[in-house]
Amino acid sequence: MTAVRCIDICKTYTQGDVDIKALDHLSIEIEKGEFVCLMSPSGGGKTTLLNAIGGLDIPDSGEVWVGGQRIDQMSKGELAELRLANIGFVFQAYNLIPVLTARENVEFVMQVQGVRPAERHVKSMVLLEEVGLEGLEDRLPAEMSGGQQQRVAVARAIVSRPELVLADEPTANLDSHTAADLMELFVQLNEHHQTTFVIATHDQGVMRYAKRLVRMRDGRIVDDVQQNAA
Amino acid sequence: MNIVLRLAWRNIWRQPRRTWLTTGAMVFSNILLVFMISLQFGMYGLMINNTLQVFSGHMQVQAPGYVDDAKMRQVVDDVQPLAAHLREALGSDTVAARARAFALASSEDRTYGIAIYGVEPRHEPRVSNLPGLVEHGRYLQDDDAYEIVIGSVLARNLQVATGDELTLLGSGVDGSFAAAVVVVAGIFESGVKDIDRNIAQMPLTAFQDMFYMNGAGHQVVILAPSLADAPELQARVEALVGADDGLVVQDWDALQPGLRQAIQADMSSAFFMYGILVVLVAFSVLNTQLMSVLERTHEFGVVMALGMKPGLLGRIVLLESALMGLLGFVLGVIAGTALTAWLSVRGFTMPGMDEMAAQFNLPARIYPPVTLLSVAIGPFVVFVFTLLASVYPAWRLRRLHPVEAMRVN
Repeated sequence: MTAVRCIDICKTYTQGDVDIKALDHLSIEIEKGEFVCLMSPSGGGKTTLLNAIGGLDIPDSGEVWVGGQRIDQMSKGELAELRLANIGFVFQAYNLIPVLTARENVEFVMQVQGVRPAERHVKSMVLLEEVGLEGLEDRLPAEMSGGQQQRVAVARAIVSRPELVLADEPTANLDSHTAADLMELFVQLNEHHQTTFVIATHDQGVMRYAKRLVRMRDGRIVDDVQQNAA
Repeated sequence: MNIVLRLAWRNIWRQPRRTWLTTGAMVFSNILLVFMISLQFGMYGLMINNTLQVFSGHMQVQAPGYVDDAKMRQVVDDVQPLAAHLREALGSDTVAARARAFALASSEDRTYGIAIYGVEPRHEPRVSNLPGLVEHGRYLQDDDAYEIVIGSVLARNLQVATGDELTLLGSGVDGSFAAAVVVVAGIFESGVKDIDRNIAQMPLTAFQDMFYMNGAGHQVVILAPSLADAPELQARVEALVGADDGLVVQDWDALQPGLRQAIQADMSSAFFMYGILVVLVAFSVLNTQLMSVLERTHEFGVVMALGMKPGLLGRIVLLESALMGLLGFVLGVIAGTALTAWLSVRGFTMPGMDEMAAQFNLPARIYPPVTLLSVAIGPFVVFVFTLLASVYPAWRLRRLHPVEAMRVN
């Protein structure tokens, strides 16, 4: 079953007088349960592709399908609902809400979804334990290390069991040991819950966990290979 | 606690100094508004009561049209029996009959035009302060004595003192010539120059005799226990008088239209100033919320990426303002009420108040009453404007795009 399908998408940004082609007639298909790494040098288009798949940015042309729905023609509200129900995001800079504790950050998405308080509480506690943050649930982001914050961000991204998780340079601010732990967690979630992962990175250490490696350059896919993950 | 409410509450304390400055502006303006509005309402109540108690009463039974034209022939027949009936039926002695005519009052050397009121000497002190304001001589005593009390300015103008005689010339109710010689029994000083210059009182029976009234008069004056009791009392009087008698009951507003106009004029200028104060507070809130929203643009981009709709984000911003406004409301009302309550016991005065007090029959020391309306209305308006001031920052969020927002550091 296809989780993501991009057909001939283009996206051009204008910087001053210069037009930059971030995505250049790119097409890609990702099956449900895949663990995909997008790799490119800086400016190669991987973040733009993630944004297009996540409905954060609309391509200038082409079609984007997620979970069988064409999303490039959806309204802002419809895209927000799609992201809330089907897509989890993990960002390079963690992006936790600074005034909420670890547990409240995880609960936040469920609150927006309208999940009942008791259910929210149980789910968030279970998930925080699963990502190794038991006992830290009442800490504010500023009171946690980068690795711990990223684990909270992961818990937030997957708490509502999205079909698709999009991660943009998730290990960029982590030391190698913490980065490896995080990737192990991703693999575990991918295998246990059949969650589709699309990870944009230029970290060689991350790539070895990918089952499929997509290399990009100048907004195009230059290489797309299946590999034996670590 | 709801996580959205918790988020809004914690957001406002991210910058505690800024929040306290904004809330402080609200608290200060709310204290000022509670005190000023209480003082103002209190003064208006005093102005109305004191003015009405001097002469006109809270209401009067009259012939239709008399309040506008005040023609001599627009009479209330058998005015004294009617007053007696109302006193009995209402169980109140603050009811008195009157008649009014214009006449020339002449002393040995001088003549002035005055309004003469025929009053019931026994009952008039119950409906008017004027009998108590007699400074020289005494007030009227006998119903049929040809005597008169005049104001201090008129006495000075006519150059008369108590015991002197005045000649009155006027027209009777039938248009015939009316004349009498009366003795000055007393001289009053109300402090209101118009009253002291133009008004005189003589016994009603003597008045009816002089002006050929045949038992008629022009008004039955009724004083309510307080201004608040006046509407209910008026309804009872109207039921007692009945439309069949061809009489109407005029309320204080109809009797003293200038009083309401003076209050409205004063209220307009005061509320204009309050409006400026509220707008300044609203701009302070707008500034705070705009800064707060701009600072969190990246964060808003993130939560939109997580699936939060811009509308909900806008509601959080509105909720933040509402919480700040509520804090300002509660603290402002508590402090403002405490201050006003203290002054309502201790009294309040300020330079120049004596002059104004004399002009409007007010005491030189005001005791501002604490009422629910005077305490709540100002802070409530500030609260509403606080919410309105945050509509624009909240609305701006609707135009936010997650990717662009997340690029902002």
